[in-house]
Order: sequence, then structure tokens, then C-alpha cells
Amino acid sequence: MLTPTDKLHPRHVGRLLLAVVMVAAPHVERLPWWTTTLGIMLIVWRAHSAHFDLELPRKWLLVLIVVGTMGGIYITYGRILGRDSGITLLIIMLGLKLLEMATLRDAMIMIFLSYFLVITNFLYSQSILTAIYMLCAVWVITAAMIGFQYRVRQPGYLSQLRTAGEILLQAVPLMVVLFVLFPRVQGPLWGMPQDANAGITGLSDEMSPGSVSQLILSDAIAFRVAFESQIPNSNQLYWRGPVLWDFDGVRWTAPRLPAPLQHEYLPLGVSINYTVTVEPHSRRWLFALDLPARTPPRSIMTNDFQLLAQAELNTRIRYDMSSYLSYRDNAAPARYELRRALALPSGTNPRSAALAAQMMRSSSSERDYVSTVLAMFRSQNYSYTTTPPPLYENPVDEFLFSTRAGFCEHYASAFAVLMRAAGVPARIVTGYQGGEINTVGNYLTVRQADAHAWVEIWLKDEGWIRVDPTAAVSPARVESGVASAIPESEALPILRGDHPWLRNARMTWDSLANSWNQMVLGYTPDRQRQLMRQIGIDDATWRSMVMLMLIAAGIVTLVLTAYLLRRLHVTRPDPVIAAYARFCANLERRGVERHRSEGPDAFCRRACAAVPELAPSINTISNVYIRLRYGSDAQPADVLTLQREVNLLRGRKYARPARRAAA
Amino acid sequence: MLTALKNHLNTWLFRLGEPESGSIVLVQRRIFILPSRHGVLFVCALLLMLTGAINYNLNLGFVLTFLLTAMGVNSILHTFRNLSKLRISPERTQPVFAGVDAQFPLTFEGAGTLDRYSVGITRDKKTVIYADVPAGQSSTVTVDIPALQRGLLRPGRVTLFTYYPIGLCYAWAYINPEVTCLVYPRPEPGVIPLPLPDEQQGQDSALGLGNDDFAGLRSYHPGDSPRHIAWKAAARGQGLLTKQFIGLADRQLWLDWTATPETLGIEDRLSRLTRWICDAHAAGITFGLRIPGLTLPPASGSAQRDRCLEALALFQGDSENNAHADR
Repeated sequence: MLTPTDKLHPRHVGRLLLAVVMVAAPHVERLPWWTTTLGIMLIVWRAHSAHFDLELPRKWLLVLIVVGTMGGIYITYGRILGRDSGITLLIIMLGLKLLEMATLRDAMIMIFLSYFLVITNFLYSQSILTAIYMLCAVWVITAAMIGFQYRVRQPGYLSQLRTAGEILLQAVPLMVVLFVLFPRVQGPLWGMPQDANAGITGLSDEMSPGSVSQLILSDAIAFRVAFESQIPNSNQLYWRGPVLWDFDGVRWTAPRLPAPLQHEYLPLGVSINYTVTVEPHSRRWLFALDLPARTPPRSIMTNDFQLLAQAELNTRIRYDMSSYLSYRDNAAPARYELRRALALPSGTNPRSAALAAQMMRSSSSERDYVSTVLAMFRSQNYSYTTTPPPLYENPVDEFLFSTRAGFCEHYASAFAVLMRAAGVPARIVTGYQGGEINTVGNYLTVRQADAHAWVEIWLKDEGWIRVDPTAAVSPARVESGVASAIPESEALPILRGDHPWLRNARMTWDSLANSWNQMVLGYTPDRQRQLMRQIGIDDATWRSMVMLMLIAAGIVTLVLTAYLLRRLHVTRPDPVIAAYARFCANLERRGVERHRSEGPDAFCRRACAAVPELAPSINTISNVYIRLRYGSDAQPADVLTLQREVNLLRGRKYARPARRAAA
Repeated sequence: MLTALKNHLNTWLFRLGEPESGSIVLVQRRIFILPSRHGVLFVCALLLMLTGAINYNLNLGFVLTFLLTAMGVNSILHTFRNLSKLRISPERTQPVFAGVDAQFPLTFEGAGTLDRYSVGITRDKKTVIYADVPAGQSSTVTVDIPALQRGLLRPGRVTLFTYYPIGLCYAWAYINPEVTCLVYPRPEPGVIPLPLPDEQQGQDSALGLGNDDFAGLRSYHPGDSPRHIAWKAAARGQGLLTKQFIGLADRQLWLDWTATPETLGIEDRLSRLTRWICDAHAAGITFGLRIPGLTLPPASGSAQRDRCLEALALFQGDSENNAHADR
């Protein structure tokens, strides 16, 4: 590389193209079609010109393409600098650089750009599969980089891949040290592009008919929970999410400004401890079992026991929680809260209001009224379905009196309206219910499909209590999950099915993904501090971390140095001497020992006399050996002859001397 | 002053002392290593990637950045290892005439079971030769150095370097092997008639070509006069052949320093003698050489030619007076 202007060999170009295609391919699904087309054209163009050794295109043409691309990106995304638009630009630039790449120096820049493009893939996915694929890509890039360095003879591509693999493998120990001990800072360092976390599905802070049931099709994981002791029964697993107070006749919404927690509840029974790992959902809420007993770091609890993180969850977050499954929350709520929990927009759902008034009149108490309403759901031909008929102006009326088929949000909404209409304060709690126990990793997986909505009502003596109207219609929903609750005809995607082996494979895979999330992706600055405490460094400063890192890195590097330089000291035994030594050892077992001072020729004569039946073989071996060691006309093939002859001799039975001795 | 200091530092740091005789083994002390230009660029790319990983909380970004960092760090060892314990043995050199390239064959041999690739050899950082040194084998590389003037030519400081395996580090070592190449004076171009044999020396008259009898053809040797080349044969595609003449072969020819015109400088006079030696040898003539301070009795054959040319190559030309005194 004293000559970085060396012209690139088509072979180098080909391997570099392979690397670029590998890193750019996962982006294709997100790229606008014209970028993909342009990218493919650029790659084909470069491959073509490398293969036929053609001139590369002129600069002005490339500049024209750059300008056109910028315009196209602006039209597609409405911006140039952003996550998606930036990556699109980067990929096109990479393609153009390919067309400008004539020398080794350009090729090295391509290598570095390819490495950089690998990291952009992690913005979209950091799953195990992505990691494995990208590792392969890094491997191919590294092999291409190594390929540039052979100046005399190019070893085969497989051999280059092996060298690259060795070099990467040798980098792993130091990588682990740096990963664990490099002092972490909580990002972001600066504002992220606005589209940095687009396209994540999950709960929202409002609920209208159909908003929860659309989640049922999503197999995406919402969070995973590891319990300290036994996992509670499914019907106790109410994962509290956004609490909705305000109803406009169709939609329920959460208060814009949630009030911080101002009262305490009375725990009954023992607390239950667990650790939650929430997938990023770009909203602020965290999930906990009803009712949460503590607040995770950097989060607050609202007065309706909702956990809100200080910032939107754009990365996976892990926190320890404890909850009381039995509780009494009977502190007197503020008057404005009760007012809010009773508000109904006037003129909407009139038939429901009338029904509520009528049922209330015939009930002896509020408790009795609640039972009456639940009994109505149970007995009057209401059904639970993931594909409810559409509802229009007065959804609660339409649901209660005509369609009578709905998902949890229909029941929760109708129930809450009936409560409020009868003067019982009610609010809707959204979140998740149940979850799937992963028997492989012994933790609970809660998916988007487990999304649920239920109601909390306020009774004078009992305070806020949870009522789940869906359970009245479909007890199976809360007992054993949504998959068993819905009718056969509405079978969910196969993933929720019950083939034992499929289920087992899925659990194993999810368990693996969970470990990956916990150990690799969940290694945050917090976890790093925690680890430091575990090894006895209580308040790890930046400086002590760096010191520790350097010491560990030094040790690892020393070990690697010893390993790498070992090959300078070992010598491969001379195959000729080794073969002859085997020959001597074999003859010794046959009873002819070579004396220290005995030359090969003298030994040969003595051995032939001692073991005459082997004489031809002994003669051949000795002659070839003498020629190889002392002669001047030895051929490389002689080594093979010697080895073959020695092996043949060793293969021959040597019971003879013993028999002769016996005779 | 600064230059002197720099030279001193260079001498101390890089051990640029006297030439070393025999084989040179690149021990640790002799190998230097620095990041290459691409290595610096790589570090910049890593910093960028690290910033991205921190900003977007990408743990796999950290994994990748640190993997590449570790690879870069380890490549220092790999690159160093590619030169370490390399044994360089200078081979015998063949004398050359001034004006052509002297060839210094260097044999490389690695230690251990390590295949070494792309070891570069250069004197001036412009022309580079690369060699692979597979484990247990040796490979010979010839360093060409233009032989500008007669005498003993030393290769001087030769740089061995490598970027292998990933080009991010540059490892190098300087060697200064004690090996010389004998450089004969440049044969005077053109047709210079040989001096007359025996007593006629000292006179400028020479044997005309017409007096010789054409004796036959033999293959061309460097130094043969272009006039004696059988161009017709060459045109027939028979390769370069030199015409041989008899007539002088049986007589003793003294090639004498004094037979060359004094008006020429020492080097030119040596060039002329060189030309004569080549021509006389080519013609198969028995000849002797007389130069100030040295007389080589007449003989023939390539041994005589080499002996005479060596004497001319090593002639102490600074003593112009010698030449006159010897007359």
C-alpha cells in the first residue's frame, strides 16, 4: 500500500460488491422502490465495468445522480437528514462511490463505509438473527479487506475467509472486555431525528371500538416478566397500563396531565416481586401488576397507579417491581376525580342511559347493580369475538342492544357507561391480561395480542375495585388467555396454536431471545453500575472504569500475544526425519534396535539380516532416506515415497520374531 | 544542526550503523510499527460508530465497534508477527558493468510454522518488490540497484515492510547487509580497434578490421561490439550472434594503460580498456593487462577476462601521477 493508487483487480471489486450487497440488502424493505432500483443499477454497472475492464463513468454524471437522489429523497421523505432518509442517502452514496472506486484507497474507504452501514441496520433490529446475519456481513467485509493485502499470490477466497474468521475470532475476547467495561453513557447525546422510532405498535392512550382488537393479530412481544417466586394464576395477571377517564361518546381518552400519586392504598397479603423487561413502544408508560407497590428509577406513579417513565421508551427497559395482588384502595378520592369518573357526554348512547337507570332502580345496592349488569352480559346472548361488527354513532347503544358481539374494549366501554349512567364512578384501565409462561426459561411473555381493557369502579365502602366485564362473557379469556377464548372459526395465526413441538420450539427460541435481550441488549449504563457493585466497586467513577478496562484489556492482549507469537517458535518436524524415526521405532518393536552411533546404511544391512522377509522394504526406505538426507538428487516425490513405504512396513504384522524366538 | 540531530536520532533509534555481515534476523528490537494512513481513517470511522452507538443506545453497535477495535488492536500483533524472526541472507552477487542494474538477491526464511505474506522490499519507497515467505520455505528476491560507477557497490539501507493482514498497520525494519557487487567500468561505446599486439604498442595505429579473417559466429555476449554483431543473421531471426575473426588469436596482446590516449580522463581510459578486454575475450585472443601498479600476464578465457575487469573495477583512480610515473 505504498501504492494506494494501485488499480483494483476485478476480483477485489467482486468481493467488495458482495459485501456491499450484504449490508445493504436488509434495508431494501424500508427503501423507496426507486432507491432500490437505482442501487441495483449502480452495482450492476460497477460489476459490468469491472468484468470488462471498462472506464468508470465521468465525475459530472455522478454529481448529476447525487443531485437527483437528494431531490428524490426530499420528495419521498420531506427531509434530507433523518434516520430513514439519511440511510437512503448513505446507500446511494455507497453505490456511487462504487462507481468512482478505481484504486485501493477508494476500496478501503468502501470497506469502512460498509462497516458503518452494518451499524445502521441495528437501528431497525437488534435481534439474534440480525446479529448473526450482520456478523456474516462483517466477515465478508473483513475478508475483502484482507484480500487487498496479498501482493504476490492471492490465496483462494475460502482461505481468505478463514484468515478473516481467525482474525475476527481472536478479536472476541478483547471485544467482550470493552463491551463490559467501557464506561457507558446514557444516550442520546443529541436529539434524535424525529422519525427515529417510527412504526412501533402497542397500546395507545385512547380506546375506541376496535382499537384493542386490532392488536390481537400482533404477535409482537410487549414485555417479559421474570418472577422471583411462583408465577401467579392467569386471572390475577392484570398488567396495568394507561387509565382512561374521559369519554366523548365513542372514544375513551387518558387525561393529558396525569396527577401524581397523592394517596396510599392498603396492601392485603404479601407483595410479589418480579422483573419486567419492556420492549420499546415509544410511549412513556411502564407496566406492573395491579397494584404496583413501588416506582422504578426515573419514573413516576400517577394517582391512578399508572407508571410513567420520564422519557419515552425508545429502548428496551428493565426494572424490578413489586405489587400487591390484593389491596384496598379506599382513600376518599378528590371531588374532581369523582366528577370526572361520572361524566358522560349528554345526548350520546341514550338507550344505555335509560337501561342503566332502570336496572339501578331495581337494584338494592350499587354492588347489586354491578352484579345485575354482569349477569345481563352473561345471560343475554352476548358473545366474545375478535371480529366485532362495526359500530357507528352511539357505539354503546348499538353494541348493547343490537350487535351484542364484541371484544374486551366493547364490554369495558359499555360497562363503564352503564356504571356512570347509574351514578357509579367508573374508569377504564387498559393494559395486558395474562401472558404465556415460557417453561424453558421460566418467565412470562406478554404479547400485544394479550392487550386487554377492564373497568375500575368506585364503591363507597370498598374504594376503587376492579371489574372485568369480559370475564363475565368469556371466563376463558382471563383463565387461559385469548387464544382459547375466541371461537374456532376465528383461529389466530399459527404461532398461537398448540402443536406441542411447535410450542416448545417457539418457547425455546423466545427464551433464547430473552437471554439475548437481558444480557446483550439490556446491558445499559445502569446494569453496568450494578455489575460494578457486584464485583466490589461501589461508586465506579469514569476513571476507575477506564483503569479496570485497560488492565483487563492488557491481560487479554498479553494472552493473545503469547498465542500469536507461539507460532514463531514451534517448528514443524522435518517429515523425512519423522518418517525415518517411525521406521526405526517399528524395527525396534520387531527386535532390531538402531544404535546411537549406527549410520542408516549400516543399520539397513543389519536390519535386513535380522528380518530378511522385510529386506526389500527396509532397503527401499533406507535408500530413499539416504538420498533425501545426504544425496543431491532427491526429488520432492521421494518424501511421499518414504512416508508411504514406512506406513506399509508398519502395517505388516510383526509376530515373526516372537515365533522365531519360540522356535 | 537540526539535521545532524535528526541523523543522530535516526542512527540510534533505527540502529543505522555499519553494514551487518551474514544473515540478519529481524528480532523484536528491529521492527517498528505505526498505524498506516488507512489505520488512522479506520480509527475515525470507529469513533463515528461509537458515537452512533451511544446516541441511539445500540448495544449491537457497541459490539460491532468494539469487535472492530479489537481487530485493529490485534492487527498490530499480526502485522508485527509477519516480519518477526524473518531471516534475511544476502546471496552472492554477479559482477555487472556500470550503467546497468546490479542485482542483489536476498533470501528470506521465516521461523516457526507461520506463512508470511506480502513482505515488501524497497530502497527508495518508489520501486517495491513483494515476497511471500511460506512456512518452512525460503524465497529469494532480487533487489535491483542501478550501478552508476565502477567499484564495489553496496545496497545500503533496505527497508522491509508489511501491511499484512488488514492494512491498518505499517510495520517496517531497516537492514543494511554487508554484501557488495563488483561493478566493472562501463565499456566504451562504439568501435574501438584493439591495439596492435607485441612491440607495436604505444602507437595509435591499430589493426584494421579488413586484415582479419572471418572465422565464424558465436552467440552474443554483453560487451561485444555492435559492429561485430551479425545483423543479417539477426534479421533472419537467428538471434544475436557475434562475428569472430582470426588473425590476432595466436599473438599475444598487451592491453596497456599507456596505449590509451592521455587526453581521456581516467574513467574513460578504463572504459576503453574494458572495451578492449571484452572485444579481445570475445575474439578469443590471449591478452595481458598492464595498468599502473598491476600487471596481469597474458592468458585467455573468461577467468582472465574477469580478473582483468575486476582489476579495472577496483583501480585506484585518484592517483593520476601513478599513471605517469609508471610509464
